Amino acid sequence: MAAPPSGASLALLEKLVAALSTKGLVTEAEITERQAITDRASPEIGARMVARAWTDPEYYALLMRDGKAAAEAMGASMAGAPELGVLENTPKQHHLVVCTLCSCYPRALLGYPPGWYKSFAYRSRAVREPRAVLAEWGTPMADDVEIRVVDSTADYRWMVLPMRPAGTEGWSAEKLASIITRDALVGVAVPRV
Amino acid sequence: MSTDPRFAPGARVRVKDDWPETRGPCHIRTPHYVRGRTGQVVRPLGAFPNPEDLAFARPAPRRQLYHVLFEQPPIWDEGKAGDTVMVEIFEHWLEEA
Amino acid sequence: MTEESPNRALHDIGGIARFRCTPVEHDEAPPDAFGKKVDAIRQILAQKKMMTVDELRRGIESIPEDEYFALGYYERWLHSIAALMVEKGVIRQEDLA
Repeated sequence: MAAPPSGASLALLEKLVAALSTKGLVTEAEITERQAITDRASPEIGARMVARAWTDPEYYALLMRDGKAAAEAMGASMAGAPELGVLENTPKQHHLVVCTLCSCYPRALLGYPPGWYKSFAYRSRAVREPRAVLAEWGTPMADDVEIRVVDSTADYRWMVLPMRPAGTEGWSAEKLASIITRDALVGVAVPRV
Repeated sequence: MSTDPRFAPGARVRVKDDWPETRGPCHIRTPHYVRGRTGQVVRPLGAFPNPEDLAFARPAPRRQLYHVLFEQPPIWDEGKAGDTVMVEIFEHWLEEA
Repeated sequence: MTEESPNRALHDIGGIARFRCTPVEHDEAPPDAFGKKVDAIRQILAQKKMMTVDELRRGIESIPEDEYFALGYYERWLHSIAALMVEKGVIRQEDLA
């Protein structure tokens, strides 16, 4: 698990904030406000997007064509955020998103990336041994499914559109959203009933 | 510089086997494991300011970005045939294969 | 992979042997107060056109290897932001001493 910041880092942060405040560049109020905005982003919006795409063909078409517009249509604030691309899983193809170079993640939509996504182990291993990582996470994949790892290296952020599981026929979008986890939106898990 | 895509979906492309890391400070978004590798353009993703310039606060001309698909096993000498990796790569890193 | 490139940059860790046997821990915790504050500062400075995400990354990538792997995620961000603000002459090194 992530270790707490060192005393030296805490002191550096305090000094940086003080120096930037003196220059009028950053105020405590701005920091609080920015943090509140970031805290509002959440995988729940992504889950509602997927559930609606499963039940509304027009919304599905919008999602595949313009991820940002589809996110905004569900209440996410995407102004200034990078493009949002959507990767659709099929019975023959499963997407797994990683950023090997840093930790690119659809933050504007899903919020802070979880610790594991930023970890050296995930960044390094997901691209080389995706089946092993998926199996360790309880998501073994059949041999006839292509694993398509998506290394998020540049100006897009990527969200997976998982497959709707059998046994959810007739469910409301709200009930469907309840089985769509953040992990499924990254591709390390699949929705289960 | 034109921002029209030079490569169409399906085009075979090779990632330049270039290592700017050996020539001094740089910031590049082309992972080490695809350099010199051949893949297939999935689609152009649009033109974006070159991160290699942005990283040093230089004027950053827009460059075409592509989704390029590679087979996994040749990259790692292991893995399952048919598994792939898809990477965003800027046009100036690509040449016809 | 046949051989790991000796030219690879420190942060360019896709598929490298070093983490081959490291399990991916299920660390789901949101950032602590320190991390959230660093994150907010980065967003504010970006919004005010004081720095780009590519400059942030370049700063992170130039952290020496020992520190890179020893520092926490948002500690690396903080070091990069502080160094960039000094580099750009926004603040002085003495301000951080």
